[in-house]
Amino acid sequence: MSESFNRENPLVLGIETSCDETGIGIVRGRQLLANVIASSMDEHARYGGVVPEVAARAHLEAMAPTIREAVARAGIALDDLDAVAVTSGPGLAGALMVGVGAAKALALSLDKPLYAVNHLVGHVGADVLGADGPLEYPTIALLVSGGHTSLLLVRDLTSDVEMLGETIDDAAGEAFDKVARVLGLPYPGGPQIDRVAVGGDPKAIRFPRGLSLPKDMDAHRYDFSFSGLKTAVARWVEVRKDAREEVPVADVAASFREAVVDVLVTKAVNACKDLGVPRLLLGGGVIANARLREVAIERTTSAGIELRIPEFSLCTDNGAMIAALASELIMDGAQPSSLSFGADSTLPATHIQVH
Amino acid sequence: MLLSIDTSAGSSVALTRVEGIPGAFESSSADTMKHAEVIGSLMESCLTELGASAADVTAVVAGVGPGPFTGLRVGLAAASAFAVGRGIPLLPVVSHDAIGFDALEEVDGPVIVVTDARRRELYWSIYDGWCSHGLPNRVAGPSLSRPEEVPVDFEGRALTRWDASEVSAGLLGIIAARRLAAGLEFEHFEPLYLRSPDVTMPGAPKRVNS
Ligand SMILES: [Zn+2]
Repeated sequence: MSESFNRENPLVLGIETSCDETGIGIVRGRQLLANVIASSMDEHARYGGVVPEVAARAHLEAMAPTIREAVARAGIALDDLDAVAVTSGPGLAGALMVGVGAAKALALSLDKPLYAVNHLVGHVGADVLGADGPLEYPTIALLVSGGHTSLLLVRDLTSDVEMLGETIDDAAGEAFDKVARVLGLPYPGGPQIDRVAVGGDPKAIRFPRGLSLPKDMDAHRYDFSFSGLKTAVARWVEVRKDAREEVPVADVAASFREAVVDVLVTKAVNACKDLGVPRLLLGGGVIANARLREVAIERTTSAGIELRIPEFSLCTDNGAMIAALASELIMDGAQPSSLSFGADSTLPATHIQVH
Repeated sequence: MLLSIDTSAGSSVALTRVEGIPGAFESSSADTMKHAEVIGSLMESCLTELGASAADVTAVVAGVGPGPFTGLRVGLAAASAFAVGRGIPLLPVVSHDAIGFDALEEVDGPVIVVTDARRRELYWSIYDGWCSHGLPNRVAGPSLSRPEEVPVDFEGRALTRWDASEVSAGLLGIIAARRLAAGLEFEHFEPLYLRSPDVTMPGAPKRVNS
């Protein structure tokens, strides 16, 4: 392996293929050099959700061109790299395997060390690339996307991450997709719900907040559930339609979105208060939702919690966050992963690096 | 040197010397579930055994299938990434051709190569002998059929059936080397899934109230 392995300010290429984005990112230390994303989202639109096999096929097609583009944008040569990094999990198994196969071969072709890392912790790692200065510890991280909804306690990015809770059924992003379908709106649902919610009254309909009743709060204080909410919206709309009444789409969308946002922010702020952690970090594609950011800002401000939201291009699934996490691991002296790790679709957040 | 990678059945990687220097090394795993786990170590052991470095590889040969999707893609992702890493050509070869090569060395006359496609279906290709460049001459397939629909004759001649559960990356390397020497074109870099993804078009939302 290359003797010039730079641990001070390593040049790392990260490969992310856990869902429907083929992400290749390149960082030098904590500096972002390239963040190229090829998304297969349009191919999933007619199915109303991510189809794993369609996503995996698209990753293979996009892999070589996306690597080439990231290298060109970063203005580096592949031989200059100090390490290659890849998402080992969690995510869609078939999709992850494309990245794992590519990363192993790329690392071998360049004779560079390989770091296999955790996707969820990668979302937290994205923050080090932002302009907000170094991440302070401990911090609570709320990660919300179409694939996951997780609340993490991060005591140290490279050595101590605890999963406080996660969704027990649908991810928040999935709930947006499903409710959009109920309202006859196209995929992906998030932006569509946002669009039609304009002018709607978020208090018009009181939809249920999953796992928020006192009886649920013992076992599931930091867990989420959106499947009951989705059904409640569908039921409400159906009753209206059966009665041949007009469905107030703006009110339904605004009220549904309020229920999701309320649960997400309430549980995250609870975690901060319960654990005495005055910092909250947001990540994941659902962070694009303006109402979520608004409510998070409001409630963290009034609770005296520092809120950090990485730039949107670093919130969605991307390779830069994977490179950034590996870069932190390298700077902390972590050894490379072996060549025998696989894709782990249920990799726990406590496994920051896979050996 | 040619680095050949095939994960259409198990995982097989080979490093083949070209330009007259004898010597090839092949490293395989018959496991049909662990492609992502083994692919790196198989590649590394080929390089180590021949005392070669990645920089000695002049082209990457990729077995494009047919094969079950998830495994097949691991080898193709590895092959394309290695080629990008070194900036060298990627040479796609139909995986069945390696089995056909094997079969034609044993039997005369037309043979049908058959591999497992899972879900009670089979992949098959028909070869009627060697072409002048020493390559197995594929005259039909690769195709996907139910077991009872796999052909038993070809143009009036009975087919010898050749079932296989492994593909030799070493043979893919020899095929690629002969194609290169003969100046023949290679296939497109396109996985031969021969099946559309399993998807169901969403209907109207289901009723939730009884
Ligand atoms: Zn994600």
